[in-house]
Amino acid sequence: MDFMGITPSVLIASLMVASVPIMLAAIGELVVEKAGVLNLGVEGMMIMGAICGFVTAVGTGSPLLGFLGGAAGGAALSVIFALLTQVFLTNQVATGLALTLFGLGLSSLIGQDYVGIKPPATGAIPFGPLRDIPFFGKVFFSHDWMVYASVAIIALVWAGLKFTRAGLILRAVGEGHDAAHALGYKVIRIRVLAILFGGAMAGLGGAYISLVRVPQWTDGITSGAGWIALAIVVFASWKPWRVLIGSYLFGGITVLQLNLQAAGARIPVEYLSMSPYLMTIIVLVIMSSGKGRASLNAPASLGQNFHASR
Amino acid sequence: MTRENLLTIEGLSKSYPGVKANEDVSFKIATGEIHALLGENGAGKSTLVKMIYGLVRPDEGRMILRGQSYAPSEPREARASGVAMVFQHFSLFDALNVAENVALGMDNPPKQRELAARIREVSEGYGLPLDPARLVGDLSAGERQRVEIVRCLLQDPKLLIMDEPTSVLTPQEVNILFDTLRKLSAEGTSILYISHKLEEIKALCDEATILRRGKVVGTCTPREKSAREMAEMMVGATLNSPERPAGELGEVSLEVRNLSVASANPFGTSLRDIGFAVRKGEVLGIGGVAGNGQDELLMALSGEARTKRDSIQVNGTDIGEMGPNERRRLGLVTAPEERLGHAAAPDMSLMENALLSGDVRKGLTRKGFVDWGATRAFAQGIVEKFDVRTPGISTAARALSGGNLQKFVLGREIMQDPEVIIVNQPTWGVDAAAAAFIRQALLDLAAKGAAVVVISQDIDEVMEVADRFAALNEGRLSPPVPTKGLTIDEIGLMLGGAHGMHKAEVSHAEA
Repeated sequence: MDFMGITPSVLIASLMVASVPIMLAAIGELVVEKAGVLNLGVEGMMIMGAICGFVTAVGTGSPLLGFLGGAAGGAALSVIFALLTQVFLTNQVATGLALTLFGLGLSSLIGQDYVGIKPPATGAIPFGPLRDIPFFGKVFFSHDWMVYASVAIIALVWAGLKFTRAGLILRAVGEGHDAAHALGYKVIRIRVLAILFGGAMAGLGGAYISLVRVPQWTDGITSGAGWIALAIVVFASWKPWRVLIGSYLFGGITVLQLNLQAAGARIPVEYLSMSPYLMTIIVLVIMSSGKGRASLNAPASLGQNFHASR
Repeated sequence: MTRENLLTIEGLSKSYPGVKANEDVSFKIATGEIHALLGENGAGKSTLVKMIYGLVRPDEGRMILRGQSYAPSEPREARASGVAMVFQHFSLFDALNVAENVALGMDNPPKQRELAARIREVSEGYGLPLDPARLVGDLSAGERQRVEIVRCLLQDPKLLIMDEPTSVLTPQEVNILFDTLRKLSAEGTSILYISHKLEEIKALCDEATILRRGKVVGTCTPREKSAREMAEMMVGATLNSPERPAGELGEVSLEVRNLSVASANPFGTSLRDIGFAVRKGEVLGIGGVAGNGQDELLMALSGEARTKRDSIQVNGTDIGEMGPNERRRLGLVTAPEERLGHAAAPDMSLMENALLSGDVRKGLTRKGFVDWGATRAFAQGIVEKFDVRTPGISTAARALSGGNLQKFVLGREIMQDPEVIIVNQPTWGVDAAAAAFIRQALLDLAAKGAAVVVISQDIDEVMEVADRFAALNEGRLSPPVPTKGLTIDEIGLMLGGAHGMHKAEVSHAEA
């Protein structure tokens, strides 16, 4: 059952792997935006996660420590964003863009001595006989643990936002920071924590790129994945499970275009490579054109700075 | 009647850079008493209640609650001591449902299902039925307020603070609220009731403390004083009611027919089939509870939202497709409710703000270059004529107090000698003397032959200035009727329209 040399089970299995970085970054950004903060620095935090994770994994020889290092790297960069926007009340859009540029430069500086090195491998989980189930074995039981962890994180964020008091307070802060403040909630503190979580998730996603997906270090390794993650949050209308769907969709397009290139499709390679980004633009246009459809779900205080004196 | 003191306030002071918000304020509230805190905007009422609720720390003075020293450092502590507060605005979340909103205001909320049951029980017990699962963004202003009240009641408060609770309610809703408050008071809950509506205070409150510029200027028993006496204590001066010379009405100047506009805001109200006509020299008052389409109506009339070509006419010209500047050229000017950000650009100076709206009619630019001399003269004229208190016309709009900016924004439009003027909430947040001045300016404009439309939630204001009255309800406008001889009950029914308080709400709660 192959189409132009593309096997469906392999395609699905590889799209699940391909979508892990954007899924992690998008779910982190979703939490940040739910708290009312727009952090456009996802790309920068991802690439910082990628290099920090790579350096840690190479240094310690442990992929697990590598992922933790990546999360720490992303979170560290987000501390700058939190400090600037929440304490010094800088413009969130400009600060986010600056964060991306800073992250790209800094990662390139740190990574100078790491080009051409191979990181320790992250192996697939041995599921034993489950792996031999036709089709499903390949699709569901052939991955490394991060694939499963990323889906688990989506579930945790969904449940956390929906069922816990902390989640309710976080949503309240994003919906109306003045009201939340009037009720006595610490708006700034909650937002800083959300930004740190977003940074850690973006870093984790970045580390997955440099440790599993590629796996090596080159400058600009994330190649726009952070921007796609931002688009997915809008595409998902700020709903966690839709982030999963959106990530698989974009991951699928990425994998498909690679497969088509390999299969020698007659479409020029350039068009295929630009397709995920083109798709991002199209999705955003469609989502925001229907009057208020995308904006209906957007947190009401998104992107606005909070100052307690009001 | 001697009752035990619940809360004693002694010598409370609070200063902000440049202002003394409260100075040596002292008063007492007895158990079960409904105590009014009376004062104009900026008299320091809000700061005072924020100190009681733990949002602001006093610089000096002390509070004693039930015989014990009371100094809450945050609202949580205040709530734990039995002090609850219903806010004027800013404390509900549109995109969350009723139960979630209530849970956010409690320190140890029960499980959602249990909470929903208690919300039903308490809200119906006090005659304020609510459906816990509905989104707050879909509720009317009156229902939203119930959410706040129920949130407080669930915590069994000893003192309930209410900050201007009736500013968004219809007269019928006000009556229901008062019944609830009297019931609470009979059960021994004290209520601190903040308002500047004197008739309400006379009807409801046992004692009143009057604040002016941060100081207590008097106390009284509202039932024994006339509204006018209290108003004069509050303002510290005698008040003049606006007068209007009887003039002949001219021909129809502004005509609106079959105006339907979809709201740009997902929680906004779309306008449906609105029609009215205003003659030269006439004042049409459009009343309505907040959120019934006032903003959308103003946007459609100002030209911010385009409509069908023939749905709006000024002096016989179709202007439905024209933008604001083309309409200004034809003599139609508007002043929206939101002064900072809509009527005025916050970070621009008064002079620049005067230019932005006055350019077309006052000819403040020549061949693309700004005539700063003329602009300065125009802005200076507004500041002088409307008594705008500002260090100068180069001051940023943001730096002015709400009332002063409102005077500036309205003055800017009035000084353009419009043929048609539409204002939304012209005196919102303006002190009584300035409000009287603004109303007089609008009446003078009408006397000079302009058609005036006053959109306002303040029924007293509408009755004072308007020749005819129409009510806006869920985006529909009632046919205008003459204001002479209109009773408050009739107005209430017009305002209530489809979302009448009793039947509709109860059926929601059961659904």
